[in-house]
Amino acid sequence: MKELIEVLAKSLVDNPDQVFVTEKIDGEVIFLELKVADSDMGKVIGKRGRIAKALRTVLKAAANKDRKKAMLEIVG
Amino acid sequence: MIRVEQTAKTVDEALELVLSKYKVSKEDITITVVDEGKKGFLGLGTKEAKIIVEIKEESEKRKEKALEFVKEVVSKMGIDAEVTLKEESENLLVNIESPDIGIIIGRRGETLDSLQYLTGLAVNKDSSEWTRVILDASGYRKRREESLIELAKKKAERVKYTRRKLSLEPMNPQERRIIHTALQEDPMVTTFSEGDEPYRRVVIALKK
Repeated sequence: MKELIEVLAKSLVDNPDQVFVTEKIDGEVIFLELKVADSDMGKVIGKRGRIAKALRTVLKAAANKDRKKAMLEIVG
Repeated sequence: MIRVEQTAKTVDEALELVLSKYKVSKEDITITVVDEGKKGFLGLGTKEAKIIVEIKEESEKRKEKALEFVKEVVSKMGIDAEVTLKEESENLLVNIESPDIGIIIGRRGETLDSLQYLTGLAVNKDSSEWTRVILDASGYRKRREESLIELAKKKAERVKYTRRKLSLEPMNPQERRIIHTALQEDPMVTTFSEGDEPYRRVVIALKK
C-alpha cells in the first residue's frame, strides 16, 4: 500500500524527491501518512479535496482486495 | 517522432549539439550511432562522428506516460492485468483486462473513475494542453452506457404515465450526459440536473 501511494503521489507533484510515505499496520487497518513539499499540497489534495478523495478510493480498493482497511492522511 | 542527423568531431559533441539545438533532454530521445568518428593523425584520416537522433513528440510522451502510469498503479494495487492503449479523436483510451476486474471498476465504477482522474492529472502534468484520458475495464463503460440509456427510457415512461417528475440517483457528469442525450429526442419529457456535486442528479419532467 505504501508503494501504491508513493507511485501515485510522485506522478502528481512537482517535487517527487520530497514525497514520503510512512505505513503503520494495526491488525486489519493500515495507516498511511503522505508527506509532500508545502508547494505540492494542492497537487495531492485538489479543489474541494477531489484528488485526495480519488487517492483514498484507489487505496481502499487495493486494501479491500486483501480484506484490510486503509486510512490515508496527508500532512504538509 | 522527429528524426535528425548530426555530425561532429565526436559522438558526445554531436549529441550535445542536438540537445541544445532542439532543447530536449536525454530521456526524450533515442540515439543511433552511425559513425564513431576517427581522430586520425596530423590531419590525415580524420573522420567525423555521425549520429541519428529520434526526438519523441509530446503526444508520444503522453501516450507512454498514460500506459506506464496505469500499468504501474494497477500492479501496485496487487492486481494482474493487461493494459492497452489506443488513440481515438484526440483522446487516449486505456483499457484494462484482468481477472480482478471488479476491484478495478469498484462500486458503480467509482474506482475506475478515480483511476481515470488520477491518470489524466499525471499525463497532463507538465504539458501545455489538456489531453483527455478515458479508462475502461473489460468494456464496462459501454455496458454502463447501455444500461443508463435503458434506465432513462424506462423512467421517462414512468413520468409520462404518472405525470409527475422524478429524479434519478446521483451520477457523475459523464453519466448525466448519457441520460440527457438519451431523452433529448423525446417530445413528451424534458431533463435537467439539480443539486451539487457529487450528489447532482438528473430530473426527468413532463414537457409543458
